[in-house]
Amino acid sequence: MKILVPTKRVPDPATNIQVLPDGLGIATENVKWVINPFDEIAIEEALRIKERLGTGEVVLAAVGQKSWQEQLRTGLAMGADRAILVLNEKALDSIAVASLLAKIVADEKPELIIMGKQAIDDDSNQIGQMLAEMLGWPQATFASKVEIKERRCTVVREVDGGLETLAFALPAVITTDLRLNEPRYASLPGIMKARKKELKEVPAESLGVELTPRLKVRALRPPSKRQAGRKVSSVAELVNLLHSEAKLI
Amino acid sequence: MTPALRDLDYFGLDELLAPEDKMSRDAVRQFVEKHVMPRIEHNFATESFALTLVPAMAELGIFGANLKGYGCAGMNGIAYGLIMQELEAGDSGLRSFASVQSALSMHAIYAFGAEEQKRRFLPEMAQGKILGCFGLTEPDHGSDPAGMETRARRDGDGWVLNGTKRWITNGTLADVAIVWARVDEGIAGFLVEKGKPGFSARDIKGKFSMRASVTSELIFEDVRLTDGERLPQARGLRAPLACLNEARYGIAWGAVGAARACYNCALDYAKSRRQFARPIGGYQLVQAKLVGMLTEITKAQLVCLRLGQLKNAGKLRAEQVSFAKRNNVSEALKIARSARDILGANGIVNEYPVIRHMLNLETVNTYEGTYDIHTLILGRDITGLAAFE
Repeated sequence: MKILVPTKRVPDPATNIQVLPDGLGIATENVKWVINPFDEIAIEEALRIKERLGTGEVVLAAVGQKSWQEQLRTGLAMGADRAILVLNEKALDSIAVASLLAKIVADEKPELIIMGKQAIDDDSNQIGQMLAEMLGWPQATFASKVEIKERRCTVVREVDGGLETLAFALPAVITTDLRLNEPRYASLPGIMKARKKELKEVPAESLGVELTPRLKVRALRPPSKRQAGRKVSSVAELVNLLHSEAKLI
Repeated sequence: MTPALRDLDYFGLDELLAPEDKMSRDAVRQFVEKHVMPRIEHNFATESFALTLVPAMAELGIFGANLKGYGCAGMNGIAYGLIMQELEAGDSGLRSFASVQSALSMHAIYAFGAEEQKRRFLPEMAQGKILGCFGLTEPDHGSDPAGMETRARRDGDGWVLNGTKRWITNGTLADVAIVWARVDEGIAGFLVEKGKPGFSARDIKGKFSMRASVTSELIFEDVRLTDGERLPQARGLRAPLACLNEARYGIAWGAVGAARACYNCALDYAKSRRQFARPIGGYQLVQAKLVGMLTEITKAQLVCLRLGQLKNAGKLRAEQVSFAKRNNVSEALKIARSARDILGANGIVNEYPVIRHMLNLETVNTYEGTYDIHTLILGRDITGLAAFE
């Protein structure tokens, strides 16, 4: 089974993010870049499916700058077979990224797409859904368990009230939640092998997709600092303050 | 991420690293974060090595990572150095385990073994299924290995080995000991497997340093060996010294990891610990200490990087390795002591990793050529006059 795993490069979650003085972006000089953690879970799941079936191909995809190669190489070192980087310098709307990925899908014809439910930078949580809609494929978002038998797929997804189980036929789009698996790290021999794996670059303009953003970032600001807590002496006082000061009850 | 494993890159050296270097470093860092940090204080407290880490280290490809073929990863020198750095940011004992398995034991077989010996041992050593140790130092011969008393006597087609080796990392864990002994022609190396009649090993207890690593004594009483158990290409003291050079290379990088762990911990502490109504990091005396630490770590990183470039180019001289081992370890030890000082009373408890690193580095400063011996090696190199031998 050919599995496509779209990925995004994001700042390391441990990085201390600084907003630029103009308020329109973040400082990137000292940022360490990593594969979006949810996409790492998607790569792991794709590798496990391939290992369980004993056959197949895991193809990574990304839409971004040339330097994103580095994160794709990390995915290849984890065990993915090859990667496609759609070269694009500027920030894109989700709809443009989904459209570019749809072009890759048309070319690659995977039977399954697995990707993170969202990227931890802007948390849009849109591309998996958009891509499924464009392709006319079933979608199962927030997957916490994936089972594939012949060409049928069962996904347990995490929803507000608990767990929901979906069953559908492939091809389909699955987006991964945190508890699906624990991604392996690249092994050192894997890193050496990854150097020789195919990493194809495709210019975004060559795919015939409208790339002009329709969304505009007006301002970014860091979350306001939390106020220090305060100790109260009795439950009555707490209830009173929740009513009079916090106006919560 | 644990402060110990947080990066410190004041001069943007990341830009000089190849993608595979960074990937290797990050993979090992993740391993240390997940598998080592949660248990290392327990291992240090109970004077035990975490043998359960071995399969995970093998799966990652750490053992013999810089060797080519025989199931080894074939990493370049810089990637290998960064691996050692991350292991030692966890604990010097962990890095010692990897150094002994890779740079000493596997390297000895790789560089001086017969093809048959390489095929038999190296793949399983890479998988962590066969553990090795390296017996050169003796109770009475540390800095002066040429004075060794362990002796292998010819006996028909084979050999009879007698003697004692001491301060041997992984001695009682090892399935095979690389043992250096005096023979009629000079110094020879032998592969002595566990269970050979006359070969016994016991641990050295009561250490205040390297407590999460096994240190042993090896005793050989009329151990009979075949000629096939000798390393055929090892002739003279140059052979074990070449292995030591490999290990020292890794130590020069490793010490930076331990120093970084101490610095990060001290920096965090200084920013949050308040005395006289403000963080102690705001006082000039503390800032001077932190800046001194930052400066020496950055210089040591630059030395390592250049050392790696020279190694990759095949131009590295043993004296340059001595320079790096001597400088980086002694500076790391000073940094650890300084960090311990910044932490005050908290610096002496295992709630923080600093005292553990500090105690470990006392060993690192001594083993694989003491600070003083490396000084004399460099002194001989620049003057042409040997102050020892």
